[in-house]
Amino acid sequence: MFRAVSRLSATGVRSLARSRPCYSAPLASRCYSHGKVETDEEFDARWVTYFNKPDIDAWELRKGMNTLIGYDLVPEAKILDSALRACRRLNDLASAIRILEAVKDKAGPHKEIYPYLMQELKPTLSELGISTPEELGIDKL
Amino acid sequence: MLHLSARRVGSLLARRATAALSTSSARMASHDVAQAADMSQPMYWDRLDTPLPDKPFKDVLTAADKSLKQKEKGPWSQLTKEEKIALYRMSFCQTYPEMKQKTSEWKTVIGGMFIFLGFTGLVVWWQRIYVYPPHPRTFDEEWQAKQLKRMLDMRINPVEGFSAKWDYEKGQWK
Repeated sequence: MFRAVSRLSATGVRSLARSRPCYSAPLASRCYSHGKVETDEEFDARWVTYFNKPDIDAWELRKGMNTLIGYDLVPEAKILDSALRACRRLNDLASAIRILEAVKDKAGPHKEIYPYLMQELKPTLSELGISTPEELGIDKL
Repeated sequence: MLHLSARRVGSLLARRATAALSTSSARMASHDVAQAADMSQPMYWDRLDTPLPDKPFKDVLTAADKSLKQKEKGPWSQLTKEEKIALYRMSFCQTYPEMKQKTSEWKTVIGGMFIFLGFTGLVVWWQRIYVYPPHPRTFDEEWQAKQLKRMLDMRINPVEGFSAKWDYEKGQWK
């Protein structure tokens, strides 16, 4: 996830720092120093597994996405990939496009994150036939 | 002649009151008042931080919509751009850019503020004319002049303050 300011270069070179803050800020854990801290990889894996459930239902998709967007981070490409595949299983193209819009909004002022994610997700998007909001022209007013 | 007992009058009045209430509530229901949303049902919303609402935007689907929904079950690459946009608009009312649009609400807010400040100014002005009592006589020009002369004659604060600034030889301020 991109927790701190992303250190991606303007050319979007993939040597990105999955930028780590100086201290490993635990996500979704409270501030007790004795508790187990979840790593980034564990977090990602947990969410990928959540969306990979073969018989995921629409409520779980909505709940998962809304919760994920509520976190102070931009989800990794692999989490989004499995969320988009969940939309495909549910025959819900609109939600897939909505997810892409939400992720762009989550990046906020860090304009390099969304193009990077689109680059990462390009194979999935073309495989599933999902058009990006830009392709559909709904990214403009 | 009319022997209306207290009980009868009471019941008569009670019936009148309930009749009045029922007709007024019936009247209220008949004209256009905004219906409060039924919060016990799944609701739709457009929110940046909650992308997927509990229900799709369009509830009632036309036959064309329904057939498009069927087509959605197949490969999405077979959908045209317009069809994809139509599917999006069926589920969602506003896109993210539309949600983030600037409104002119601030003009209403500032304008309203000035209106109320202006109105307050008018009220204060009216008060000054009609409510405030006349000035005490100590505020008259003549009285103030005499007061000043008295202060100078008494040598008020002669070292560094009031009278220190008056030139007693020349009879003017220093």
